[in-house]
Amino acid sequence: MLRDLFSKKKRPEKIPSEKAKQEVPEGLMSKCPGCKKISYIKELRKNDMVCEHCGYHHRLSAGERLYCTVDEGTFTEMDAQLIAEDPLGFPEYKEKSAKDREKTNLNEAIVTGRAEIEGVPVVIGVMDAGFRMGSMGAVVGEKIRRAADTAVNERRPLLLFAASGGARMQEGVISLMQMGKTSAALRRLHEEGLLFISIMTHPTTGGVSASFASLGDVNLAEPGALIGFAGRRIIEQTVREKLPDDFQTAEFLMDHGQLDRVVHRHDLKSQIGTILAVHARGEEE
Amino acid sequence: MADHLPFEKPVIELREKIKELRSFTEDKDIDLSGEIEKLESRLAQLEEDIYGNMKPWDRVQLARHTERPTTQDYIQLLITDFLELHGDRLYGDDAAIIGGIGFFEGNPVTVIGHQRGRDTKENLRRNFGMPHPEGYRKALRLMKQADKFKRPIVCFIDTKGAYPGKAAEERGQSEAIARNLIEMAGLRVPVLCIVIGEGGSGGALALGIGDRLYMLENSTYSVISPEGAAALLWKDSGEAQRAAETMKITAPDLEKLGILDGVIPEVRGGAHRDVQQQADAIREVLRRELKELSSKDPEVLVSERAEKFNQIGSYADVTDANTEE
Repeated sequence: MLRDLFSKKKRPEKIPSEKAKQEVPEGLMSKCPGCKKISYIKELRKNDMVCEHCGYHHRLSAGERLYCTVDEGTFTEMDAQLIAEDPLGFPEYKEKSAKDREKTNLNEAIVTGRAEIEGVPVVIGVMDAGFRMGSMGAVVGEKIRRAADTAVNERRPLLLFAASGGARMQEGVISLMQMGKTSAALRRLHEEGLLFISIMTHPTTGGVSASFASLGDVNLAEPGALIGFAGRRIIEQTVREKLPDDFQTAEFLMDHGQLDRVVHRHDLKSQIGTILAVHARGEEE
Repeated sequence: MADHLPFEKPVIELREKIKELRSFTEDKDIDLSGEIEKLESRLAQLEEDIYGNMKPWDRVQLARHTERPTTQDYIQLLITDFLELHGDRLYGDDAAIIGGIGFFEGNPVTVIGHQRGRDTKENLRRNFGMPHPEGYRKALRLMKQADKFKRPIVCFIDTKGAYPGKAAEERGQSEAIARNLIEMAGLRVPVLCIVIGEGGSGGALALGIGDRLYMLENSTYSVISPEGAAALLWKDSGEAQRAAETMKITAPDLEKLGILDGVIPEVRGGAHRDVQQQADAIREVLRRELKELSSKDPEVLVSERAEKFNQIGSYADVTDANTEE
């Protein structure tokens, strides 16, 4: 099961099954942040955590995301053994990271690996906003770089699901530099003529939206996802005006020409499948 | 005197006092030379103590000093026949970033940098050196132009950050920054980046993917401002001084973290005390680095630049370690 999948003792081999969905937060019912209606979590899970009343897309853990994206039994994780250090000696960083490892059963804010989607072999990375807000520090940067390098070496398309508050403050300028690192890695992918699909999920902000997440050959987003560079409160303080309710939502970005498509979670896998199919170049296997 | 900072107050006061005694000596014809000598040696000691032991917060203040030399000042002193080029060809011309062409010691270069204003009026026009997407897109256009004509690029970094505004978001601030990162990583000409004031987060990095990264001694480079960090960490932006230390944002701190190719020493008391001398110190670095980088094959430049970023960031590998906390 998923707990074993991400255990620190051994490297996981396969991704999950129906049981993956049973992990996640406890409790029977959940109040929808969109329409405030109460749903059974069991029902929500059956619906890929999309509210059946209003269509609100609840956040997914990395495991849940993989479950509803990759072909069953095809996922093999890479680089799960990398864990963060504390380069600045930042107050409480080690403790908080340890706590998040415990809470999420992940070693870091991104899970990367090889998988198939609708039969097409890909390299995939999935962020988990439950781990330090999905923030990007040295490990996230390194795992993305390695994922991009694997994609280059094995000539596979790369998919990254962003879910992140941005650069990880606790690693200071080192996190900032991961924006450069991931972008440089994507450039090699680009030079090789390989496909990169970026899928922005709630939230995709700061240093993550301002680096790899915006650099897809195709940029997709889930409905209602918060996507932007600066925080809403900071902008409100700066411009001293009330921002529209839909400011920095996926739909807002779509309106402003920043996205290729906003895709409902139920359609995401098949649309990704189509994009992959269009880009398949008849390489053997 | 409005141009000194709180931490230098003792030095300034002592200097004033010495000056006073001097004029007293002259006016009243009383010999105070013994006294003056004593004070002068005390002043030397005091300067050593204060400027030799600057706290991160002192450097933050110098980096933000209104008199601090800007991109334009260095261009004026280092580049001959500089011609500013304008506009991103897509939306507008952002005065928060300037760029253009000219000669450095006889060789063609493209120079790009954030541009703060010197007074309120100019700051309004230049948006306090905080660019919109069109600023980054102009910078990118000029970089691609340099790439086409095989000119090295010098970037001066000096911004509080990319502008956090509604229009900036609408026009794709994130994309503009991200695009610069990936495109700069592929430039086939030398790219030399120098932080001359504040290096504020992604808005600074968008001019910062280079073969070399230098910082002036009293400049800063950070993922979040000290005030922002303090607000997040301790719910109190007044704790900025403490955050400036915790976040390791000064040139000397960042050199220890291994992300710099060098720190360019500043004139005692800060670059604004002697702009010419500061420009000369930068000139040395430009001369040395541009010479070295220009001798490299474009392929080598690109791969070494990527490798430089690959090396940044440490992590633990817990394979076989069986680390169950």
